[in-house]
Amino acid sequence: MGIWIEENAKVLVQGITGKQGMFHADKMVEYGTHIVGGCTPGKGGQTVELQGKNFPVWNSMFEAIEATDADATVIYVPPPFAGEAIMEAADAFDQIKGEGVVVCITEGIPTLDMVKAVAFVENRPGVRLIGPNCPGIITPGENGGAKIGIMPGHIHAKGRIGIVSKSGTLTYEAVAQTMSIGEGQSTCVGIGGDPVNGTGFIDCLAAFEADSQTEAIVMIGEIGGNAEQEAAAWAKENVSKPIVGFVAGATAPPGKRMGHAGAIISGGKGTAEEKFAAFEAAGIACAKDPSELGAVLLEALKKAGLRNE
Amino acid sequence: MNIHEYQGKALFKAHGVKVLDGVHCTSVADALQAYDALQSKVVAVKSQIHAGGRGKGNLYCPNTGDLLMEGGVKIAFSREDVETYATNILGHVLVTKQTGEEGKLVNHLYVESGCDIAHEYYLALLVDREEKSVLIMASTEGGMDIEEVAEETPELLHKVNVDPNAGLMGYQVRDLGLALGLSGAAHKSFAKMLRSLYALFVQEDCAMVEINPLVRTGDNEMVALDAKVSFDENAEFRHKNWDDLRDLSEEEDVEIRAKETGLSYVKLDGNIGCLVNGAGLAMATMDVIKLYGGEPANFLDVGGGANEEQVKTAFSIILEDPNVKGILVNIFGGIMRCDIIARGVIAATEALDLNVPLVVRLAGTNVDEGKAILAASTLNIHPADDLADGAQKIVKLIGGEA
Repeated sequence: MGIWIEENAKVLVQGITGKQGMFHADKMVEYGTHIVGGCTPGKGGQTVELQGKNFPVWNSMFEAIEATDADATVIYVPPPFAGEAIMEAADAFDQIKGEGVVVCITEGIPTLDMVKAVAFVENRPGVRLIGPNCPGIITPGENGGAKIGIMPGHIHAKGRIGIVSKSGTLTYEAVAQTMSIGEGQSTCVGIGGDPVNGTGFIDCLAAFEADSQTEAIVMIGEIGGNAEQEAAAWAKENVSKPIVGFVAGATAPPGKRMGHAGAIISGGKGTAEEKFAAFEAAGIACAKDPSELGAVLLEALKKAGLRNE
Repeated sequence: MNIHEYQGKALFKAHGVKVLDGVHCTSVADALQAYDALQSKVVAVKSQIHAGGRGKGNLYCPNTGDLLMEGGVKIAFSREDVETYATNILGHVLVTKQTGEEGKLVNHLYVESGCDIAHEYYLALLVDREEKSVLIMASTEGGMDIEEVAEETPELLHKVNVDPNAGLMGYQVRDLGLALGLSGAAHKSFAKMLRSLYALFVQEDCAMVEINPLVRTGDNEMVALDAKVSFDENAEFRHKNWDDLRDLSEEEDVEIRAKETGLSYVKLDGNIGCLVNGAGLAMATMDVIKLYGGEPANFLDVGGGANEEQVKTAFSIILEDPNVKGILVNIFGGIMRCDIIARGVIAATEALDLNVPLVVRLAGTNVDEGKAILAASTLNIHPADDLADGAQKIVKLIGGEA
């Protein structure tokens, strides 16, 4: 199972003829993702070769979804055009299928473009936006699986831990930590480090709680905003599965943007200390060091009766 | 990206937001000329720096450290006053509660006409992360620290979220005006100003516009007495004029150079330099250094696809900081391959004649090749198994307790 993306989900790539799009589309095919083609306006009718196989390119997302019945799309379009690419995909999924998953990898989209795009997607309740500025989403399978994004596929294995994170490489770190204690992942979602994004922590927690494959959750936050605090309070009331957490940025100075556009402590709000406190108040087991996530998770699994040794 | 008050006010004026007449000056002679031209009985002489608290700040001589004047914003009643204030401000260091002890050198001055103030208000527009829309905040408690107002008298801070599909609605403008107790001509003037400000915010890709104070004059006109404007850097590609508005003297030189090479760097006060891929992992690396008794010297994210050249630039930027006594490299290779990073690290240490301890932690794609390359080199590189191990090693190597 896993959440939102099944192992054999049919996936389109927006910006498939670009350098980034083609590189990552190739990696996705290599992993076993069921890529069905891509979309680049003006290049419809061409094909793109990935792992020795040819994939069709369409001019529009309407054409592409009509032709392939895709379940999801992943966007590698440059920032000036990415907001519109999200809306095109959402519109096409909504009109043709009434549902679909839009994963936006692009970093550096203007915030007001995202304000517009997120409102547009929210008007189409069957459509889910993940990102932007994120590593994507992966549901590992027995053989391959669905990797929709830029994460290194080979570090994952199918299992029962759901992972949600604002950061890319820190998600990989969390994946490696689950592997170090012999646990695989149900689905890993990178929700992105921008101030305005689509899917949030609470959406992921709710889906993991409902997913039969997921038995425990790792949640990784970072400084800025109060999404982690809200998610922790929500989890306390609504999540029965064990959660393990970490928040990056305890040493970040206030008022300075730490790489991610959203990672900034403003007006003394959004500190790591605040977020850790919210996690602990909600009964989330915290690691103060990401290298200890595995150990903390193992402890939580034992406490929940999910591991014996 | 922040801009100065005088630039913000020019932007206001261009968008039909009422401001007082004023002149941007860079010398005392300019200031006197501005005073003569403004024909106003009183003028405000205002230091222009990218930090708040200017009015309550103090000006110091950068050479002797002597206190020259209290207050970075002064009201002048004569030509002589203007001369005194401008002389005390320009070329001197203004220390406010937001600048830190070192303060900021003031190179720009704004001389502005006075006006008859009936009441001071607060007005701000910003992006609300939680509601994913533009938020307008207004209060009758102008001229105050707004965080204090929010904390102590939240009922006096009025908020409106703008639906991005509908835009700013007439009833929202009316409600805010009423909440501020405005009526008649003042209400009309406020409505016009707010509409203009919202249009400005969207057209100019602002991250924040704050007016504190916004004043109602004796003639019931609403006037922006201050202008704090910042832009969303992600939108730079569609605003060619931002280059002219950017005051590079307000930004850390090394942070600008880092940005030009695709690196994200923030200088900190510690002595352990860090080189990491990914913003979240870079923050976590700093946190773990601190957890094991060290102090990070910087935040540095080399990004997802760094090449050998960028790794070298990253090292040289870290080493520019004389406080750096050791370096921790932490790479979780995804797209980035560990063997490439390993080669980059070796090339950089050789080219830069590295003479501080270096701990390297590699994980992810091609990790075994990467480790083998480091092990085969004759350089003094300490490998680490995981982040905790790396942090403990570097703290120990520079003589701290781990």
